[in-house]
Amino acid sequence: MTDTTQDLPLPAGRPPPVAAGPVAWVRANLFGGIASTILTLAAASLLAVAIPPVIRWALIDAVWRADSGRACRGDGACWAFIGEKLRFILFGRFPYAEQWRPLLVVVVFIGLLLASCDRRLSGRRLILLWLAGLAVVGMLMWGGILGMSYVPTDLWNGLPLTLILAVVGMAFAFPLAILLALGRRSQLPAMRAICVAYIELIRGVPLITVLFMASVMLPLFLPTGMTIDKLLRAQVAFILFAAAYLAEVVRGGLQAIPKGQIEAADALGLSYSQRTRLIVLPQALALVIPPLVNTFIGTFKDTSLVIVIGLFDLLGTANAALTDANWRGFYAEAYVFVAAIYFTFCFFMSRYSQMLEREFNRGRRR
Amino acid sequence: MTDATGETPTGQPIIELRHVDKWYGEFHVLKDINLAVKKGERVVVCGPSGSGKSTVIRCVNRLEEHQRGQIIVAGIELTSDLKNIEAIRREVGMVFQQFNLFPHLTVLENLVLAPVWVRRQPRKEAEETARMYLERVRIPDQADKYPGQLSGGQQQRVAIARSLCMKPEIMLFDEPTSALDPEMIKEVLDVMVELAQDGMTMVCVTHEMGFARTVGDTIVFMDHGEIVERGPPQELFANPKSERTRLFLSQILAH
Amino acid sequence: MTSPPIDAMPRPSRPAFWRDPAVRGIAYQVLFVAIVVAAGWFLVHNTLVNLGRQNIATGFGFLGREASFAIGESLIAYAPSDTYARAFLVGLVNTLYVAILGIVLATIFGTLIGIARLSRNWLVANLSLVYVETFRNIPLALQLLFWWSLLRAGAPAPRQAWQPLPGFFVSNRGVEFPVPQSNPAHLWMFLAFVVGLAGAVGVSRWAKRRQIATGAQFPSGRVGAGLIVGLPLLVFVAAGAPMALDWPALKGFNFAGGSAVSPEFTALLLGLIIYTASFIAEIVRAGILSVSWGQTEAASALGLKPGLTIRLVVLPQALRVIIPPITSQYLNLTKNSSLAVIIGYPDLVSIANTTMNQTGQAVEGIALIMAVYLAISLTIALAMNLYNRAVALVER
Repeated sequence: MTDTTQDLPLPAGRPPPVAAGPVAWVRANLFGGIASTILTLAAASLLAVAIPPVIRWALIDAVWRADSGRACRGDGACWAFIGEKLRFILFGRFPYAEQWRPLLVVVVFIGLLLASCDRRLSGRRLILLWLAGLAVVGMLMWGGILGMSYVPTDLWNGLPLTLILAVVGMAFAFPLAILLALGRRSQLPAMRAICVAYIELIRGVPLITVLFMASVMLPLFLPTGMTIDKLLRAQVAFILFAAAYLAEVVRGGLQAIPKGQIEAADALGLSYSQRTRLIVLPQALALVIPPLVNTFIGTFKDTSLVIVIGLFDLLGTANAALTDANWRGFYAEAYVFVAAIYFTFCFFMSRYSQMLEREFNRGRRR
Repeated sequence: MTDATGETPTGQPIIELRHVDKWYGEFHVLKDINLAVKKGERVVVCGPSGSGKSTVIRCVNRLEEHQRGQIIVAGIELTSDLKNIEAIRREVGMVFQQFNLFPHLTVLENLVLAPVWVRRQPRKEAEETARMYLERVRIPDQADKYPGQLSGGQQQRVAIARSLCMKPEIMLFDEPTSALDPEMIKEVLDVMVELAQDGMTMVCVTHEMGFARTVGDTIVFMDHGEIVERGPPQELFANPKSERTRLFLSQILAH
Repeated sequence: MTSPPIDAMPRPSRPAFWRDPAVRGIAYQVLFVAIVVAAGWFLVHNTLVNLGRQNIATGFGFLGREASFAIGESLIAYAPSDTYARAFLVGLVNTLYVAILGIVLATIFGTLIGIARLSRNWLVANLSLVYVETFRNIPLALQLLFWWSLLRAGAPAPRQAWQPLPGFFVSNRGVEFPVPQSNPAHLWMFLAFVVGLAGAVGVSRWAKRRQIATGAQFPSGRVGAGLIVGLPLLVFVAAGAPMALDWPALKGFNFAGGSAVSPEFTALLLGLIIYTASFIAEIVRAGILSVSWGQTEAASALGLKPGLTIRLVVLPQALRVIIPPITSQYLNLTKNSSLAVIIGYPDLVSIANTTMNQTGQAVEGIALIMAVYLAISLTIALAMNLYNRAVALVER
């Protein structure tokens, strides 16, 4: 051991060639050991068996133009079916000439969702934007003003219906959820008991039963003679259902607020409602945006259940399209197409929520 | 610096690093490291963050892999051979900056885990050894508590006892007091000083220069992945030969 | 100077009763309960009036009446002449059957995929990522309809059934498979299995005691597995290896012999498993990742081999993080089995639906369904709470 001293830093050397580069990558990540090699071979053979038939069906043998179902039958997919039924699957029985309206509605919704991702918008502006957007949507769908013909709600089908049920459901469920969460944490036992009972009851039963309940029992709840729109029944069911799950999400956020915040607010002399409105809720809600987005994704997928109470959302119209006698049996094409639409919405929303979570954790891990 | 019995560390090196290089991808993190530690010697490694000092000792028990050069521990060469790695790990104990105690086991269970499962000792024997070491680190009454119930200083002392229960030849310390509140640093350093006085071979990465002066036989200063200077503490602190060493010492010895 | 005794000091004056927070709290609660009760009474009153107007009976008396509808498949005996109560029971058994099978298989499959997500093999890790992202982002109802259509419309008629393996026929009537013919050896094999199980437990206990006393290790896992599989195998061989199977064979337009599962059941089970496994995979992955890397390093530094490190250090900590959300997924699977009504599998909701259509007593039917699901949910939640309390990490 010599007593040398180094005054100038040693120059950095190049790593030995095996340690980096594409060959090294393949060796490490695909053939890193006996087990890894076996897995790579097994996975590769699985792909080799599964992928080519799918590509053949979906692309190579597929029929892209046809006049009728019979002409379209072959080994491959019949994408002409989708072309033929596209407007029906997307908009259902909305009057054909007016279908620019639900199309615009879908565009408005996508625009609102994209705008919500932009964090430069303040909370208040965002809420106003959403309210304005919903008003425009209502106008476009109902019509009756500005020269647009009136369209009753049972002709609202397809993708606009899915989006309306999900968005309006979450919009109204949100304030209800905040009240439930605050009520569940209240010191008053009666308040707490009722809120807990509601939350646990709704969370303990399947959505289908809540839909049935709304569809069948809401008309019974109203004084004789009053009827309630079918869409409204389903909407109420989604609001009640989402509120219970959102309440638990909000409660998680409330629990994460350090006690010191409440103590500081009390020391400043704020009342309960001031403290909740100005200090606790803003922080709690900011904390829970990722699980909030996840709940929205869940609600968006759950709208497909309205098929059991006779409403025709995106899945419902796809099913209805399959009953056309001229175009029988193209269920794979229809379901794959609709799945792609759902997937696009849900995937991008979940990516957004993951990105938010990562940023949030990065900020925390100071 | 002689130890309590007046003997100086002698003999064949018990740890030897010869021309060790390591890369993280393209980044050259250890450059031509040459180091030999004799049995009973206490080596303190210091340097600015990012200098590679933790990486060096983590290479010794194969928590990190080196790409070039040789590492020989207790006569066994450190390669990818699992048998060698396991043999070396039995003889080398490590104390981490974050303690890394097992939170789902009591203190006693933390201590007997390795002796029972690696050295295949009967439980009773392992428990006796464990309690003895808990006394040595001065927390004999915490045996049935869980790590979450102890203070930082207590947890680190348990971590030291846990490594000692394997009766290692060498103890490695990776910034053992950096995660502790100031009032708890002394209790851990006291334990380490006692360990040194009992003749344990120690390689310690630390910023605690007081400890280095008291206990260290050799101070090694690292910067940008290479060993810049080494020597006995009195010489290195009083007359650093390199400008980089001077700069570093001025920063940390200021207070 | 000493301060006067406590009793002699002036009491803090109580505020006027309308400003006393205790009084206000009670007032709010009374008001709140009053509103809820009033609203409830209003709804119930309207309901009774409306039901009366439509001449629909109330009460659960209908449960004793004859059901007079057939049920496609059932694990327990049922005939249309049985009561509605019996029909409900059939539905409940069908639901539990699908739920339990689904939970077990989804757990196994989901855990494998979750572990695959963490693999160092790029291909395996990314294939499982594609799986998870695909099936998580498509509604379950759509997936069920897809599998059901595939199994019904996509599968050929029984005469041209697919035969992936000898004796297995896939047609639009369902999946037929051979079952072993009933043989006395089966009883002995089952007994041997039970003995093997007891033996495995006994061996593991003995090995643990021995390790505590002497430190010597014993491969009780492998020996136990050997007993559980080997003993029944031994009986099987000793009984002359009775391999007689009841093969399904085409008779006329359909199959006879063997056993079958309907396309509805298969589609429901398949859909539930594939969907839920994608969520379980993420939970398992998050649980394993939650154990800090330092734990593995500390265990390795102590000389523990990877297998022991996972068993003694990583897994116990990971399970604490995995079990609560996975229980929630089990609940979701059970509730999602109610989607059977979309594809016609006779589960509880399906049968309740038929009953409600026939008797018109929707309120009672829905109440029954909700009560059953609530009971299942609360039971599982209770069990989970007990587990959580038992394994909670002890902290200051």
